[in-house]
Amino acid sequence: MRCNRWAADMFIFKLLLKNAFRHKLRTALTLFGLVVALAAFGLLRTIVGAWYAGVEGSSSTRLVTRSAISLTFPLPLNYAQRIKGVDGVAAISWSNWFGGVYITERNFFPQFAVEPVSYLALYPEYRLTADERLAFLRDRQGAIVGRKLADKFGWKVGDQIPLRGTIYPGTWTFNLRGIWDGAEAKTDESQLLFHWDYLNESIRKRFGNRADYVGVYIVGINEPQNAALISQRLDAEFKNSRAETLTETESAFQLSFVSMSEAILVAIEAVSYIIVVIIMAVMANTMTMTARERLAEYATLKALGFAPSFVVKLLFGESLLIALLGGLAGLALTLPLAAAFGSAAGTLFPAFHVTPLTMALQLLAALIVGAVAAAWPAWKMSRIDIVQGLRHVA
Amino acid sequence: MTANALDLPLIRIRELSKSYQRGGQHIPVLLDIQLDVMAGDFIALMGPSGSGKSTLLNLIAGIDQPSSGRIEIGGIDIASLSEGQLADWRARNVGFIFQFYNLLPVLTAFENVELPLLLTDLSARQRRVHAQAALEMVKLDDRMDHYPNELSGGQQQRVAIARALVSDPTLIVADEPTGDLDRHTGQEVLSLLDELNRNLGKTIVMVTHDPKAAERAHRMVHLDKGVLVDEVQPLGG
Amino acid sequence: MKFIPASYIARNLWVRRVTTLLTAGGMALVVYVFATVLMMSEGIRATLVATGQPDNVIALRKGAGAEINSAVERAQAAILESLPGIATDAAGRPLISKEPVVLNNLPKRGSGKPSNVTVRGTTERGLQLRPQVQMVEGRMFRPGTSEIITGRAIARGFQGAGLGETLRFAGRDWTVVGVFDAGRTGFDSEIWGDAEQMLQAFRRNAFSSVVFRLADASQFEAIKAALEADPRMTVELKPETQFYAEQSEALAKFISILGTALSVIFSIGAIVGAMITMFAAVASRVGEIGTLRALGFRRGAVLLAFLGESLLLSLVGGLLGLAAASLMQTVNISTTNFQTFSELAFQFKLTPTIAWQTIAFALFMGLVGGFIPAWGAARLKIVDCLRAA
Repeated sequence: MRCNRWAADMFIFKLLLKNAFRHKLRTALTLFGLVVALAAFGLLRTIVGAWYAGVEGSSSTRLVTRSAISLTFPLPLNYAQRIKGVDGVAAISWSNWFGGVYITERNFFPQFAVEPVSYLALYPEYRLTADERLAFLRDRQGAIVGRKLADKFGWKVGDQIPLRGTIYPGTWTFNLRGIWDGAEAKTDESQLLFHWDYLNESIRKRFGNRADYVGVYIVGINEPQNAALISQRLDAEFKNSRAETLTETESAFQLSFVSMSEAILVAIEAVSYIIVVIIMAVMANTMTMTARERLAEYATLKALGFAPSFVVKLLFGESLLIALLGGLAGLALTLPLAAAFGSAAGTLFPAFHVTPLTMALQLLAALIVGAVAAAWPAWKMSRIDIVQGLRHVA
Repeated sequence: MTANALDLPLIRIRELSKSYQRGGQHIPVLLDIQLDVMAGDFIALMGPSGSGKSTLLNLIAGIDQPSSGRIEIGGIDIASLSEGQLADWRARNVGFIFQFYNLLPVLTAFENVELPLLLTDLSARQRRVHAQAALEMVKLDDRMDHYPNELSGGQQQRVAIARALVSDPTLIVADEPTGDLDRHTGQEVLSLLDELNRNLGKTIVMVTHDPKAAERAHRMVHLDKGVLVDEVQPLGG
Repeated sequence: MKFIPASYIARNLWVRRVTTLLTAGGMALVVYVFATVLMMSEGIRATLVATGQPDNVIALRKGAGAEINSAVERAQAAILESLPGIATDAAGRPLISKEPVVLNNLPKRGSGKPSNVTVRGTTERGLQLRPQVQMVEGRMFRPGTSEIITGRAIARGFQGAGLGETLRFAGRDWTVVGVFDAGRTGFDSEIWGDAEQMLQAFRRNAFSSVVFRLADASQFEAIKAALEADPRMTVELKPETQFYAEQSEALAKFISILGTALSVIFSIGAIVGAMITMFAAVASRVGEIGTLRALGFRRGAVLLAFLGESLLLSLVGGLLGLAAASLMQTVNISTTNFQTFSELAFQFKLTPTIAWQTIAFALFMGLVGGFIPAWGAARLKIVDCLRAA
C-alpha cells in the first residue's frame, strides 16, 4: 500500500518535471526572470539591512548623551564629572565628529576625536594588539583605523594620513599607530579615531572660546535593564542649564540616523516588493499560456476519470516546481552579488551580509509567486467542460 | 506578364526535382517532373498521401523552391527568382485557397479580402472598390464586416476565394479546397471555382484526393512517389 | 516594402487581453519605478535650485560646504556690509542679512520621530532678499521677541509648529505667529526667527552666513576677487543659485544612481515577460505568418509586425506606468539632505524630459524583448508554417 503511494507520487513528480521542461524556451526564460527578480529582492533587503547595521553594532550597555537642541550643538567638557556622579553610570568617554575629507569627498568615512583610554575601554570589540594600543596612546598625533578602512586605502601602520577639515578648518595629519579588527562580523571597522586632546589644543590656539566642548558623551552602564531610568536621571541633572542634554541607548541613537533617510529606505523596501509583484505577473502569464495550450490534455484527463482536483494539482505542482528552482538559483546568485556590492560600496556600509531571514523570505517569495501565478489558470482549468476541451485543437 | 498566344503553355515545368535533407538523410519528394498547363486550364493534382502533390503545388505557387529544374510561368522561370522577387511575383500572379481557409481571425471578411491589395499601390478607395467587387462575386458582400469566427466553413472558404481573386491573378492554386466542408457546401465551392475558370478565364491548379471534386476539373494529373503516372481527361471535360 | 496593417497588430493584442495586460502590467511597474525615481531626483534639484535668487550672493567661511559648518565673525560681517555694489531697498538701506543657522532636533507630527530642522535667524531685509517667500497665515515675527514663523512643510509636518502653537528649544518658548510659503523651495523646510534673539538663545557670537543682493549682478566676479585678495577675510562668496545647486547634488545623484540601477534590474524581469509573450504569440500564429508570406508579404514585414506588436505592448505599459507615476506629484515627501544634515521637503516633479525618457525606456524594453521572437518569426519557411497550421 505504502509502496504504491510512493510510486504514484514519484510518477506525478516526474510528470511535473517533464511538463515543466516541455517548453524549454519558455521555462528557461521564466526561470531567468525569477532568478534575477529574487536575487534583486535579496540584494535590496540586504541593502536595507546594512543601513541598520549601525544599530546592530550597538551595545545595550552604552548610552549616548547629546545636546537636546540637536547633534550639531556641543556639550561642555565639565559635564563629564557630573555625569560620572549620576547613579548607574559606570564609565564615561567623549567624542567629537570631525567630518574631514580624505583627498576627495568620495572617500567618505567617519572620523572621531575621542578620549582614547576611556573610549577603547567602552568599545572592547575594537581589538588592537597591545603594542599598537600603547603606540596610539603615546602619540598625541596618532590615529587608529578599522581593518576594512585600512584595506580600502591600503594603509599600513606608520603611514601618515592627511585630512582636510570642514568643521575644523585646515589640513590635519595623523600617524597611523594601529589597525583594529572587530570582535564580530557586525562590528564597525570603517572608522578613524584620534586624540580628543589633540583637537582641543588646536582649537584653543585658534578659536579660544570654542575649546573644551565635546560632541557626545558615551556613557557605560552595568544595568542594561535600567537604561531608560538612568537616561532620565542623567538628563534631569542638566535640565534648565545652559546646555540641556538628551540621553538615549546607543541603538536608539543609531536608529535616529537611520530614520533620517527613512523616506528612502521605505522606498527601497517598497520597491523590493514591487519586483516580486512584477515577476508574479510574468509567471502568471506563463502559467496561463501553459494552461491554455494544455486544454485538450486536461480535458482528456478529466474524461479518463481523473478528478478536477488532479488537474489543479498538476498546474500548481508545475508552477511551484519552476518557482522553487528559480528561488534556489536566485538565492545562490544573491550571495556573490551581495559580496560584490559590499566590496564596491566599501566603507559606506560597515557590515554587509545576507541574513538567513532574507534567504528564507526569498524562498517564501518564490513559493508565493508560484502559487499565485497558478491560481487563476488552475481554477479555470478545473472547471473546463470535457467536450469543449477535447474539441479544442490547440 | 507577357501576352500569351493560345498555343504556348502558361506553365511549363521541365526536369523538376525536389528533395529534403532530414538529419543526414536525403529524401526525394519529386523526381524529374515535366508538365504543361495552358492558360485557362483547370487541373487537379491527385495521388496518395506522400505522393508529392502538395509539394508540386507549392512549387508552382512559388512558396517553395525546387532542388533542380525549371518552372516557367508566363515566360518567367520562377525557380531562378530570389526570395524577394518571388514574393513580389506571388503578390501579382497567384491567388491562394487553403483547406482550412487561412483567414486572419482578427480581420473582418472585408479586411481579409483587402489584404493582397495592400501589396499594391492602390489607394484606399480603389482597394475598397476592388474588395467589394470580389465579395459580391462570391455573394458575401452583406457579410463584409463579420469576423471569420462569425461565418460558417463554406462562407469562410468563399471569403478566401474572394481574397484569391481580388488582385486579379493569372493563377489560382487551391490545396484541398473542399477538404473541411460537407458535400453540399463543397459542391457550392467547386461551382464557384468552375465559374471563375469559365467566365473569368482563371487558370486553376487544384490538389485534391476527392474524386468528385476532381471531376469538376478539365484534366487530372496523377502522382505517385514523386513521379507523374498518367494524365486522364475526365468525362466532364 | 509593404507593411502588414496596424489593425492586425493592435487587434492581436486585444484578442489575448489577459496576457497583454499581465505583460504590460509588469512593464508598467518597472516604468513606474523608473519614472518616480527620476521625478524624485528632479524634485530635489528643483526645490533647491529654486531656493537661490539670481542676484543674491551668500558668504560662508572658506571650505565650509554647508551653513551649519560655517562661521562668519561679526567683524567679517561688518566688512561685508560695507562692500560697494550692494543693492539697496526702497528706504536706501543695504539689502544684506546676517544670519545664524542652527539645526534643531524636533519630533514630527504623527510618528513622533525626531528630525533635524533648520532654524534661521533673519531680519526684515532677509525676507526682502527672498521674494519667493510669502506669508500665508499670520504675520512676520517682531524683532527682539521670541516669535517665530515656520515654513509650510514644517508647520504641517512637525509638532508644535503650526500657527498659534509653541515650540520649546534653547531654554525658551517660541510662539509661531505666522506660516510662510516659499514657493516649493528649500525655505519651506525652515523655521525663521529674529537673528539677534537666535544668537543669544544658542549662545553664538558668530553668524553662519551673510546674504546680500548685488546692485549689478555682473559685478560678482570683481567683488569676489577683491574680497578674496583681502588677507583679513576668511569667507568666500558664492552666487546663491550655485550654492543651493551644490547642496542638492549629492542627494539627487545618489537617488538617481540607485534608481537607475534598480530600474535596470527590474527591466530584465519585464523584458523576460515581453519575450515570453511574444514567443507565444509567434507560436500561436504560425499559420497566419505562412499565409501572409504566401500572399507576398516580405520577411521584413513580418519582423516589423511582431516588433510593432511588442513595441505597442510596451507603449501601453509605459503609458500606464507614467500615468501612475504622475499621480505621485500629489505626494509630499521629505528626507534628510546628507549635505546639510537637515530636513528637506520636496515634491515629485514630472518634466517633459522625464516623460520622454520614460516612454523611451518602455519602448526600449519592448524592442529588446520582442526582437528575438520577431526575428524568429521572420526566419520561418512558408511551407513549414502552412504545414504546422
